[in-house]
Amino acid sequence: MSNTTHHTVVIIGSGPAGLTAAIYAARANLNPVVVEGEPSSTSDQPGGQLMLTTDVENYPGFPDGVMGPDLMHKFREQAQRFGAQMVTDKVTKVDFSKRPFGVWTGEATPEPTYTAESVIVSTGAQSIMLGLEREAELVGHGLSTCATCDGFFFRDQEIAVVGGGDSAMEEATFLTKFASKVTIIHRRDQLRASKIMQDRAFANEKIEFLWNHVVVDYLGNDKLEGVKVRHTQNSHESELAFAGLFMAIGHKPNTDLFAGQLDMKDSGYLITKPDSTSTNVEGVFACGDVQDDVYRQAVTAAGSGCMAAIEAERWLEAQHS
Amino acid sequence: MAHPLIDELTDSSFDELISTAEVPVLVDFWAEWCGPCKAIAPILEEIADEHNGQLKIAKVDVDSNQKLALRHQVMSIPTLILFQGGEATKRLVGAKSKRDLLADLAEVISN
Repeated sequence: MSNTTHHTVVIIGSGPAGLTAAIYAARANLNPVVVEGEPSSTSDQPGGQLMLTTDVENYPGFPDGVMGPDLMHKFREQAQRFGAQMVTDKVTKVDFSKRPFGVWTGEATPEPTYTAESVIVSTGAQSIMLGLEREAELVGHGLSTCATCDGFFFRDQEIAVVGGGDSAMEEATFLTKFASKVTIIHRRDQLRASKIMQDRAFANEKIEFLWNHVVVDYLGNDKLEGVKVRHTQNSHESELAFAGLFMAIGHKPNTDLFAGQLDMKDSGYLITKPDSTSTNVEGVFACGDVQDDVYRQAVTAAGSGCMAAIEAERWLEAQHS
Repeated sequence: MAHPLIDELTDSSFDELISTAEVPVLVDFWAEWCGPCKAIAPILEEIADEHNGQLKIAKVDVDSNQKLALRHQVMSIPTLILFQGGEATKRLVGAKSKRDLLADLAEVISN
């Protein structure tokens, strides 16, 4: 027995890109199904990276800022208002080798869960961990992927944030609400973060910087008690005590699913044609952070999600004319 | 608002429920400001409904019950701790799908 359902458009992922594509596709009567992902404590979850942030201050239309999760709930409601169907599942396999395309969720079955005339890929990116020994077992025991979830538990304690971009500055600034001191450990001697976020971190008396250092080991047995760091120039190593460590070193695109089927850069980002969201497979479009290693903003993701839906609509029309 | 099968535990009511429960108790340490906690709340309600009689689900709001969170060394939420016969026997950290959660609880529930 096959439970496969056929759809005009299947959208994989539900961050700003996927949900904007859903709004536009739904309004074009393409009845999109959004396979939105599954709950997790990393950015790989329904709503995407913004679900783990607090104030979003640079999304146009919100002069007083908006909470990341609230913004994503609004995106989702808006897509549903026009009939987009949301499915809380994770895509486990795709087959883009023939049309209609096949999309699987859950266990591997011979028949796909969905077949689709067109697929919009908006699986986004998730935060990178350091890849050090014992990392997985220390998550939740002093090592955190979610400052908004876990900052509360480090009241009046000294903690550290690893990274030098906007997310590192945002997390460090947020964490000073709880911690007595936040050390930003960065491998260079200057930050990648935007000027306004840098200024805010520099002005915060609770934030200190440890420049030109990388974390090479986690200290502590059942829970994190500190880190071993190495100077990037003279290789000198030292041990520092921290009750908590928050990771903000960057993101990697969620593209393992598409290996061998969609063209990607060495870094894993999907390749789209210039000024377009078209991939190497006709009828498969990619939008948002999964194909953007330059801007990576909610508003650029939303913009490219709109492009993907319009391109899918025009491509579908051309197929039937 | 509150789910009829899910008890909201506090610093004072926790020990009694854990020590007298006749079935395993899964305690969800959560807070209002935690997005991943909100994401798994409906999943826990479904599990409470579907496995009523096999497993009891309870919640601890860490914001108003900080002593309990500290006592159980909760440093990240959501943290789910399974208690059997009054003893903590399993600890699950982080939000996950219903499928993964049921797999983690397979020892105490049957389908």
